[in-house]
Amino acid sequence: MHPIRKKRLIIVLFLLAGIAVAVGLTTYALRQNINLFYDPSQIVAGEAPVDVRIRAGGMVEEGSVLRDPESLKVEFKVTDFNSSVLVEYTGILPDLFAEGQGVVAMGRMTDNGRFVADQVLAKHDENYMPPEVAEALERASGGKHKAVDGNSTGAGY
Amino acid sequence: MYPELGQFALILALMLAVLLSVVPLAGTVTGRDHLQAFARPLSAGLFVFIALAFGILTYAFLIDDFSVAYVANNSNSLLPWYYKFSAVWGGHEGSLLLWILMLAGWTLAVAVFSRRLPAVMIAQVLAVMGMITVGFLLFIILTSNPFDRMLPNVPADGADLNPLLQDFGLIVHPPMLYMGYVGFSVAFAFAIAALMNGRLDAAWARWSRPWTTVAWAFLSLGIALGSWWAYYELGWGGWWFWDPVENASLLPWLSGTALMHSLAVTEKRGVFKSWTVLLAIVTFSLSLLGTFLVRSGVLTSVHAFASDPERGTFLLALLAITVVSSLVLYAFRAPVVHVRARYGSLSREIFLLLNNVLLVAATLLVMIGTLYPLVLDYLDMGRLSIGEPFFNTTFSPLAVATGLLLGAGIFSRWKKTDGGWLGRKLLWPLAVSLVATSAVMVVYGGFKPWAFAGCFAAVWVSVATFWDLWDKSASRKGRWHGLRRQSRSYYGMVLGHLGLAITMAGATVVSNYGIERDVRMSPGDTAMVGDYQVEFIEIGDRRGRNFTAQYGTFHVTLDGEPVSVLHPEKRQYLVQRNVMTEAGIDGGLFRDVFVAVGERISDDAWAIRLQYKPLVRWLWLGSLFMAAGGFLAIADRRYRVRDKVVAPAAASTVPPRGDTAEAMS
Repeated sequence: MHPIRKKRLIIVLFLLAGIAVAVGLTTYALRQNINLFYDPSQIVAGEAPVDVRIRAGGMVEEGSVLRDPESLKVEFKVTDFNSSVLVEYTGILPDLFAEGQGVVAMGRMTDNGRFVADQVLAKHDENYMPPEVAEALERASGGKHKAVDGNSTGAGY
Repeated sequence: MYPELGQFALILALMLAVLLSVVPLAGTVTGRDHLQAFARPLSAGLFVFIALAFGILTYAFLIDDFSVAYVANNSNSLLPWYYKFSAVWGGHEGSLLLWILMLAGWTLAVAVFSRRLPAVMIAQVLAVMGMITVGFLLFIILTSNPFDRMLPNVPADGADLNPLLQDFGLIVHPPMLYMGYVGFSVAFAFAIAALMNGRLDAAWARWSRPWTTVAWAFLSLGIALGSWWAYYELGWGGWWFWDPVENASLLPWLSGTALMHSLAVTEKRGVFKSWTVLLAIVTFSLSLLGTFLVRSGVLTSVHAFASDPERGTFLLALLAITVVSSLVLYAFRAPVVHVRARYGSLSREIFLLLNNVLLVAATLLVMIGTLYPLVLDYLDMGRLSIGEPFFNTTFSPLAVATGLLLGAGIFSRWKKTDGGWLGRKLLWPLAVSLVATSAVMVVYGGFKPWAFAGCFAAVWVSVATFWDLWDKSASRKGRWHGLRRQSRSYYGMVLGHLGLAITMAGATVVSNYGIERDVRMSPGDTAMVGDYQVEFIEIGDRRGRNFTAQYGTFHVTLDGEPVSVLHPEKRQYLVQRNVMTEAGIDGGLFRDVFVAVGERISDDAWAIRLQYKPLVRWLWLGSLFMAAGGFLAIADRRYRVRDKVVAPAAASTVPPRGDTAEAMS
């Protein structure tokens, strides 16, 4: 083969190899690490898979936060004002976590319908509502809560 | 009255930018020198008016002029003056103005420091910079005017700067990051100019190299500052979250790193030209993509101040215009370029090619992980998030592979390297690295495959770097003479690679051997974190200038010896009423001990997070090395040669003076 052609072939092969490795790694890792979002109504309806890492979110129900006096374990209910789900978490809650605030939790559903969270997110700004939560509330209320959050009208919608 | 002057200055700057993007180009097309010569004065004028606008906005902040809406939304009379100053870029409009100021600054720098360039080239480069400026000035004037007023109902006081941003890190992080982002526009402009006149030669690569390197150095610093800031200010000790906003800054860094290396090949050997041009276009497009992601409100985070769909659309249009027009130009002009130089299948060229493949693969990975959820969401196909594990499992192997290749690549030579020779050359460094890595494993108590791989890559890179320095500095007149003979750009490379090794070592060790504990503690309790004992002494109240705080006191001891006293705080800011966690950190070169106060569990008990973070400082130390390397490399003598450089044809076969290291190979 002509040396220049050969060189080009080598370059192209390298590039293809690189791309193949990248695509392989990506699909492998993507398959394991996609976390789907479920709102409380979907979870209560049994749509969320058991023992798969998912995200759940809604408002922290007023008066539902229960603390274990001996450890860092805490329980609270997350609601979309239609249904609510019991969330169990051990660890430090974020600064902006409060009853009546929107939160998103990462974790797994158990067989008995509890959500065991390993991470609870409440964002940096008290006016901020996680877009998923805003959407879930809107769905649950049939659009009545539309004005609940001025911040979520991002270009992402 | 004066805020309107600021807006007026912006509009005048827009006029000048339009002239800058049209007049010099018209001059190059018609061959009229006096039109081309307008490029430099127009660039200077552009900078003056944008600086004036920026100065006026700063003045409005410093005198607490709350009639300006942007000031009222982002400042407060209680803020200390330095935060009033940094609040100028604490919101959307101001940070955009800073972006434009940087762009004008880079344009001016090109105008000033490129006296040696052919007039046609400089006219084209500055015209392209002018076009970018037009886009962003239109954006700020039409959608994000920082000088909008709240008249006649002037608020009595401002809504305050977000407390998260009231920090030294924020004073410096955005300017550094923007210097990097915007700096890549110079490499982009050079690439476009080279495509326009079809002269992709070694001279073009030599001109773009220092600009790319400086931009890259600033970007490295900016990213590291952001990571450092997140570590101590977000309160919980994480240093990289694979948050889309962080990824937005990592993307141009990765492709910029590839560009730097590919430019080196193009300059030295005259190959990879089309690829280099493409990388220059891609890198700047990724900077724009980053700006779009962060500024459009597509992402919600600390960085996304505004979520006005109009802004997002405008930025997306700017991005699309830039990418499409430059790629079209590329498609028409790049094939003109022919490769003349030859190189073997084992050569420095090939190693650098592999470096590029890996870096581009990493860029693609991060891009997929960042954009995939956004695209799905936009298409209404469900909301999902891609977690840290995705990035960790895909990015780490690429990083390790890059390190391994880098160590071998350092010894390789241009054109052709003998395989057997290279193998023998690598034997000893390999043995030394294996022993050293095993020692590290023993020190940190426990073998973990990924920790070993990461540490090995880091040790391997640094051993190879020093080995090469030792080889190259051999001289009959003694070691010292040999060391002094090496060029600054060679030492820049040494520092840059050592920086990479330091960062890799830090990242590997802290993620594998760091300890994090959440415990419940009352005053008087003690808890262990690693070998350190932490005693909770007391917690009381403290009043700051614009916040009240619960102020804890913790004694840290090691084997009974006192190490430090830490004061983590929980602050409540008076204006915005939000709570901030300020960690207490005992920092050290080899480890940090970190205490943060969580919520109050009962009357006397608190949730406390304790962390032991080995080598965490190395993460940022490495980036200081990398940036220092970048700045050292551009101080190389060959960039300051006085005589007029006549563009050599195609490959520069004669390496310039002051470049002994690379010329020797």
